[in-house]
Amino acid sequence: MSTNIQKVGVCGAGGTMGAGIAIVASRAGFETACFDTSMEVLDRARSQTEGFFGKSVDRGKMATTDRDAALARLSASTDMGALADCDLVIEAVFEDLGVKRELLGALDGICKPEALFASNTSTLSITEIAAGCDRQDRVVGMHFCLPAQLMKLIEMSPGVNTSDEAFADAWAWTEAAGQQPVATQDKPGFILNALLVPFNNDAIRAVEAGVASPTDIDKAIKVGLNYKMGPLELLDLVGLDTQMLLCEAFYPVTLDPRASAPPLLRRMVAAGHLGRKTGRGFYTYDDNAMFGG
Amino acid sequence: MDYVIKKQGESRSFPEGEGFLEGASSEGDIVLHLGTQFEPDAGKTAVLVELEMECLGVHTGEHAGIEGSNALGFARYRNGDDAPSNLIELVRQPATDDSAIAAARAIFEAAGFEVAVSADQVGRIIDRLVRPKYNAALTFLDEGLATADDMDMTCRLGLGYADGPIERLEQGGLAHHFDVTKALFEVYGTPAYAPGRRATVAKQRRSAE
Repeated sequence: MSTNIQKVGVCGAGGTMGAGIAIVASRAGFETACFDTSMEVLDRARSQTEGFFGKSVDRGKMATTDRDAALARLSASTDMGALADCDLVIEAVFEDLGVKRELLGALDGICKPEALFASNTSTLSITEIAAGCDRQDRVVGMHFCLPAQLMKLIEMSPGVNTSDEAFADAWAWTEAAGQQPVATQDKPGFILNALLVPFNNDAIRAVEAGVASPTDIDKAIKVGLNYKMGPLELLDLVGLDTQMLLCEAFYPVTLDPRASAPPLLRRMVAAGHLGRKTGRGFYTYDDNAMFGG
Repeated sequence: MDYVIKKQGESRSFPEGEGFLEGASSEGDIVLHLGTQFEPDAGKTAVLVELEMECLGVHTGEHAGIEGSNALGFARYRNGDDAPSNLIELVRQPATDDSAIAAARAIFEAAGFEVAVSADQVGRIIDRLVRPKYNAALTFLDEGLATADDMDMTCRLGLGYADGPIERLEQGGLAHHFDVTKALFEVYGTPAYAPGRRATVAKQRRSAE
């Protein structure tokens, strides 16, 4: 698939998701301008990117010359002006509507008029984010999966005012970048999180209702349905505080009871049992070893 | 540990030819009732009855939340008409003997199955959790959120699932999904379990055949 896009900007490129998106773009041959508010986080991301590409070379997935070229295509700056000549700017900043709208408003005054803006939001409305700028017809949803540098899937969604042409251009870029786009609508959670967040809440409620232990629930789901991870293992991995934030983003919009934060989740977050990152969630962790909860 | 199988009619867990059937003895401390009625036997370590959607309490009776004995329910998870999975959902009551659970687990694990213990709830673990998600996927399909192929691909690529919700429903049978969700909805009463439109249509068509 061909694309007219040559230079890509990534906002929030010092974060995990932003750095992964920058890898996708530079690896696929696009000049990639990384922007964040701190040079320290950009330097750290650069170091992690060099390590990632190094492993790719070690594993025979990437030639040394390709690694060097991909790294040469990456630039980093805390000056938003560095994004002025980008054809596509992808934002992966904090999941807050006000922050994202403010960012798009600022980009609007810097980037060339024909540039596309894409939001990596997983929960917020593309239409509401786009309302922060004067080029709502050129704003699309482009939700990468974590870790972006390994996961091919991108959920693509147009806002109410997104033009067909802009959506097609953004779609073409994802394919040119070697990704697998799927089309969805501007609705909370798109496809993936709309299915996953309530499902994970149901698993929490099953624990709370005494249906089974976390270990038995995860085993049943993995063996019976051939999933790679059980829902409670997954929750411990992503963090119970993250699940709370997802619930708080979904429920007020959808009023779906399954999307509301279960009481047990609230208690666990209040108690600091956030999952792997605190050493205790539905399971306890010691030196990265998992024990039954 | 030796086990005895008492079988009448079809077993969804162990179709004819299953090795587990051939491993049964004529006498033993564990009795499994397949496709037949439960017969209590206090002299055994464990007495198991194969369940469909019903609770174990239908067979044993219940009393004030303190019921339990050497009786257990079980079902090998199947997605409709798909081949049975390797998972045994073992159903206990509040006061079920720990020795009965251990014995039942031991014979299944010795035969190569994996066992998850569930409280005596309709839908046990898997159907209780996964059917609302399938219903949501059917609703999303009707509302045009995405195509069936894109929803399935999203779950495979984004979540690492072996298959997506729509293809799994098609494979196991939408009429079967209707039967399961209807049973869940009758007990739990929450909209998430109400049979979806497409499942209802499939059931109506099957009933008309």
